[in-house]
Amino acid sequence: MKSLIQKLTETFSPSGYESAIRDVVRAEVEPLADEVRVDALGNLIVRKGNGSGQGRRIMLAGHMDEIGLIASHVDENGFVRFTTIGGIRPQVLHGARVVFVNGARGVIGGERYENWNQMHPYDKMFIDVGAASAKDCPVRVGDVAAFERAFLDMGDKLVAKSMDDRIGVAVMVETLRQLKSTPHEVYFVFTTQEEVTLGGAATAAFGVDPEIGVSVDVTATGDTPKGEKMEVSLGKGPAVKIKDGGMLADPRIVDWMIRSAESAKIPYQREVLLGGTTDAKAMQVARAGVPAGCLSIPCRYIHSPSEMVEYNDVQNAVKLLVAMLSAPVSLD
Amino acid sequence: MPNTPKIGNTQLKLLEKLCNAVAVSGDEGEVRQIVLEELRPLADEIKVDALGNVLVTKNGGGANRLRVMLDAHIDEVGFMLVDDEKDGIFRFETVGSLDVRQLVGKQVLVGREHLPGVIGAKPIHLTTADERKKSIPLDSLRIDVGPGGGKVKVGDRAAFATRFRRVGPSIFAKAIDDRIGVATLIELVKNAPANVDVLAAFTVQEEVGLRGAKVAAHAFDPDLAIAIDSTPANDLPMHDGSENISYNTKLDHGPAIYVADAGTLGDPRLIRFLAETGDLNGIKYQFRQPGGGGTDAGAIHKARAGVPSVSVSVPGRYAHTAAGLSRLDDWKATLSLLHAALTRMTPELLAGERR
Repeated sequence: MKSLIQKLTETFSPSGYESAIRDVVRAEVEPLADEVRVDALGNLIVRKGNGSGQGRRIMLAGHMDEIGLIASHVDENGFVRFTTIGGIRPQVLHGARVVFVNGARGVIGGERYENWNQMHPYDKMFIDVGAASAKDCPVRVGDVAAFERAFLDMGDKLVAKSMDDRIGVAVMVETLRQLKSTPHEVYFVFTTQEEVTLGGAATAAFGVDPEIGVSVDVTATGDTPKGEKMEVSLGKGPAVKIKDGGMLADPRIVDWMIRSAESAKIPYQREVLLGGTTDAKAMQVARAGVPAGCLSIPCRYIHSPSEMVEYNDVQNAVKLLVAMLSAPVSLD
Repeated sequence: MPNTPKIGNTQLKLLEKLCNAVAVSGDEGEVRQIVLEELRPLADEIKVDALGNVLVTKNGGGANRLRVMLDAHIDEVGFMLVDDEKDGIFRFETVGSLDVRQLVGKQVLVGREHLPGVIGAKPIHLTTADERKKSIPLDSLRIDVGPGGGKVKVGDRAAFATRFRRVGPSIFAKAIDDRIGVATLIELVKNAPANVDVLAAFTVQEEVGLRGAKVAAHAFDPDLAIAIDSTPANDLPMHDGSENISYNTKLDHGPAIYVADAGTLGDPRLIRFLAETGDLNGIKYQFRQPGGGGTDAGAIHKARAGVPSVSVSVPGRYAHTAAGLSRLDDWKATLSLLHAALTRMTPELLAGERR
């Protein structure tokens, strides 16, 4: 599974420009699926099972897109001004390297500091793509870029850009691989534009019209020096989301996850995330409403070029999803 | 270019009528009426939906027609009177995003009868040097309509009173955002090419949250959508001679194609198609600087199972103030680009996945 994670995290696909990662994911899932389709917003919708008898129509959502930058101006000397796609803090930008979807590479620099105690906002930074003038700059206004950072295998811990949410994508691909049979009609939906508007999950949920929605995404941790106060750590198992900044998980989905984990003896953690949200927020309000929840993979340094997860948590997340999808579900 | 619709006196007169009409979000009847009058004779179907959108269908002919939703919002930013303090003095709130610093001293039209009013301010004779350094907060401003009549009531809306003027290559008016899009869309319906079905949505309540477009897109369920709007041109030179790097768009550079705004990331297939259309037909265009702001496309792309969408705007200076400024040539180029794009649209455009 590590090589899959490496392949997924070393692909560049910021929100709205997910075609490269979609091609990678499709190659993985096509041999395993009963049906594969791509919808109007670029969501990759993969069905497994027919939901005969007791089965439910279940939608899993893991987002393929990643945070990125978009060129807003190329100045006379070929320096590229930019704005962000998704939530990027200026602190993580200085010195970062980026790759444009068209292949151009660049490093991020900033204007002279008047005050070293104050971080530059984006409009005082620029991307240097090695051009000498606007004319020979390989980047045009509207071109999109993502962080460039190689995958790092530390053994138990894995570090990469775009673990958010390629690790969720990897968990879903691996679940599909390991899911021998299911009573359900399961839609593995690899969604687009989560980092900007949750637009992919919203429209995919309308199209799939599920009875149950579960997103698979990263969550923050409270296990670093003087970090956020949060009851989630790396290595203690996948996290069952109860609440985040945008949604309240359906208690029946929470119970289903916890029951499945306990009966299969899979470690898990209870998650209450104060900020941020995930695709479940959009799924929950699709059409006439969908009971939804989220299985989270704990992750340090989210929305930086070096996001860290624990390999054990990843494998346990797969085990839990396989356990959840292998048996009938009762939401009563 | 095949049968490009012209912008002549008739079209200018219509734009003037549209800009001078008052249609603050939630009470768009005046502009709705103009749209209905213009398009009723030639629409295949025309109706007003539950929220007040005008939905017009103009079918093409032949096989394999894309169903193309074209959108322009009929509402404008303005004010609502919220407290009657007697003698014609009213406290008010803003409707849509307005810079409170720009309101002082402006004339307004109040209510459906367009009664004159003014957002008054203490004259310079009586202000102190300190007062003149500060902007006046909204809760200290009042609309003064004068006593008498009692025709003005709490809950009435008000809009800037600016009258439309054409000066050489430019137009000055209130509500260019988005009456210039409405005028463009009316011409596109009147000159709709036969290879597509045109689904024209003249939407309400864009300025307060894209509410009309959301339900219009659900009703039309189109194959793709283009929002036609007006976007700021912040293109004046910098006071210190440095390079202006945040102009958003520039006047005289043609229609602005959106790549990314706060509400959506345009469909790359449509962005490329519009740019190609411009290149093929020698119509100038520009890319709007990615960033904040947004159009009805922010709601349309999320309708039902998703709608490939893009926005095209006529650039204009001084948006959401009493007097906007746009260029006739940018308007003409916008109409030409959109018409040429419609004319060459086939299902091939969406045959491949979004990439």
